[in-house]
Amino acid sequence: MYKITDKRYFSPKVVRLEVEAPDIARARKAGHFVIVICDEKGERIPLTIADADVKLGTISLVVQAVGASTEKICAMEPGDSFASLVGPLGKATRIARHEDGAVVCCGGGVGVAPLLPIIKAMKAAGNRVISILAARNKDLIILEDEVRAHSDETIIMTDDGSAGRKGLVTEGLETVLLNEQVSEVVTIGPAIMMKFVALLTKKYDVPTVASLNTIMVDGTGMCGACRVSVGGKMRFVCVDGPEFDAHQVDFDEMIKRMRAYD
Amino acid sequence: MTDNKNLTDRNAPWRAELRNKITAKERAVIPRAKMSQLDPAYRVKTLNEEVNCGLSTDQAVLEATRCLDCPTPTCMEGCPVSIEIPSFIKNIQRGRADLAAEVLRRTSALPAVCGRVCPQERQCESRCIYHKMKKEPVAIGYLERYAADTERSLRKMGLSAEPQPAVSNDIRVAVAGSGPAGLSFAGEMARRGFKVDVYEALHEIGGVLKYGIPEFRLPNEVVDAELDSLRKAGVVFHANTVIGKTLSYDDLLNEGFRGIFVASGAGLPRFMGIPGENLGGVMSSNEYLTRINLMGAGRPGYATPVAHGKRVAVVGGGNTAMDSVRTALRMGAEKAMIVYRRSEAEMPARVEEVEHAKEEGVEFLTLCNPVEYLGDEKGRVRAMRVQRMTLGEPDASGRRKPVAIPGAIDEIEIDEVIVSVGVSPNPLIPDNIDGLDVTERGTISVNENLRSSLATVFAGGDIVRGGATVILAMGDGRKAAASMAAQLLEE
Repeated sequence: MYKITDKRYFSPKVVRLEVEAPDIARARKAGHFVIVICDEKGERIPLTIADADVKLGTISLVVQAVGASTEKICAMEPGDSFASLVGPLGKATRIARHEDGAVVCCGGGVGVAPLLPIIKAMKAAGNRVISILAARNKDLIILEDEVRAHSDETIIMTDDGSAGRKGLVTEGLETVLLNEQVSEVVTIGPAIMMKFVALLTKKYDVPTVASLNTIMVDGTGMCGACRVSVGGKMRFVCVDGPEFDAHQVDFDEMIKRMRAYD
Repeated sequence: MTDNKNLTDRNAPWRAELRNKITAKERAVIPRAKMSQLDPAYRVKTLNEEVNCGLSTDQAVLEATRCLDCPTPTCMEGCPVSIEIPSFIKNIQRGRADLAAEVLRRTSALPAVCGRVCPQERQCESRCIYHKMKKEPVAIGYLERYAADTERSLRKMGLSAEPQPAVSNDIRVAVAGSGPAGLSFAGEMARRGFKVDVYEALHEIGGVLKYGIPEFRLPNEVVDAELDSLRKAGVVFHANTVIGKTLSYDDLLNEGFRGIFVASGAGLPRFMGIPGENLGGVMSSNEYLTRINLMGAGRPGYATPVAHGKRVAVVGGGNTAMDSVRTALRMGAEKAMIVYRRSEAEMPARVEEVEHAKEEGVEFLTLCNPVEYLGDEKGRVRAMRVQRMTLGEPDASGRRKPVAIPGAIDEIEIDEVIVSVGVSPNPLIPDNIDGLDVTERGTISVNENLRSSLATVFAGGDIVRGGATVILAMGDGRKAAASMAAQLLEE
């Protein structure tokens, strides 16, 4: 169970794994995540599902090596299996058809992976979809072809200008907001990036959804490690989210909480 | 082969003989057994060694002799599942702990667990006739544990028969959740010949018995032995499966399950909603205990991190609060405190857990209610402000209500807070099964037979009760099994 069937490197620190999980492949929707444990003594790591193949019974996970556990996962090879894998968890993305304006999907770094199924679903629902992919440099832009295939327009932003336009995701987003009617913004990426996307879209009064990637243990509502303040109320990312109204999320508190075990 | 009735018949010759062997007066002068336990100084340095060491056979037989074998045993009225208490005790007295265990198993799926975690002083033992004689009650909990542990040892040595799968009736039933309610249901249905599949969201089977209750109180070995027995009786366990998510209600029906028992527990920790509760270093007892008990945090080689607070405050007065504070000591806390808004007399925890905590050096700040947590520049908790309380009139729970003393607020330096003020029902299953009625509190609505608004779905344990005990959850599992079996066999 939970065997890796394929592995691709996006960059030396970012891999895409195809993993056998037929029940999850069948049940998952855009926005859902899974929790994996790589080996017997491993920790529970939440990962958003980037894609699924119901026929093959596999799901795609994109993992960036940022700590000991994700480094171990990135070192796993086809034929290796996760000690455990559970999902699909969280609430699925609310996919609406917007008649009056575009949907802008802003992804930063590996956040593009969980954004891809949302882009696809938004497009399939008949929306005009503009995708903005942002990363520090060209090598860290992932899934560009797949995103382009399902977007009406795709904008690449890099900090160093090595691909697309030089600048932050917010700069690309502001250009779009100034030039066309936007009905909804969806953002997934580092917390600090989502915070600034939310600040910008608040200025333009555009409804914005952020998918949060807080610390979790069980992922089913039991532990509360993932709690965030949304509109002044305590919410659990695992069962109430992972997507919330970005204008209501207390990102500063969330960023501090994410450093709890640093 | 001993016939069934003989084990519980008060008038059976063997039992009458035991009664006549020694007078009630002689019995009553025997002092209550003291269970040996690990030395407090030693045990706080070990994370997983069980504090209570169990009774020796001599101790158990002597304690069983104390029981007067009352013709109308009031102790049984104090037991939520009406265990035949004098009958199992008298089987111990005649040297047949294995038969005592058999008696226990007729009403309790997990006697080795209940012997350890039931609040006996408020249940069976509170009704013991000895109270009327101003004497200490028979140590029913100790004896239950003794019988169950002896049975386990005998099985391990091959001296006692393992359960066998019953003749199958080929009717499939599914269980969501592998805690005490789910396990008890599974055992009861397997015994009746149903094919039982138990689905657990976590990667380990056992629910709260594994993630919640620490090994120093309930060793995993005890739970694993019960799981093995269930497997041998034909129960199939599936970890990593969230009913309502991985498999939908319709998936289960399509798989051929004709009944579903929801025993998903009270999975949502409550917080108090006071300023600073989201600071780093403030967490629920569920999070703290899960990291350590289930994930192995703090043990060599395990990847899950956990805070090692030096000054730890645990908020609450229940068993989970005691488990958390004693775990914190074992994780190296220099100062571990219980902060509780009422007085010690109102604490819901088992008396023994409170005693053990005190022996281990836990400080009790009673009549103290946290009102705010203060953080440092990094967003980590550094202190708590507590409101001193006094006891007023009794409230709805019958306990005297804590009332704030105006202006009596103290600041206490701490670096970790574990919030253990109760749990709410987990919304995962109610949210994901259409047509399942829930109450205002979010618990699943059931009728007196524990059947929900859907004819095929029954529910029990904390998802119905909102936060209760292992024994009540187990009792629900048993009751739901009886109702579901009757319904399915009638169809």
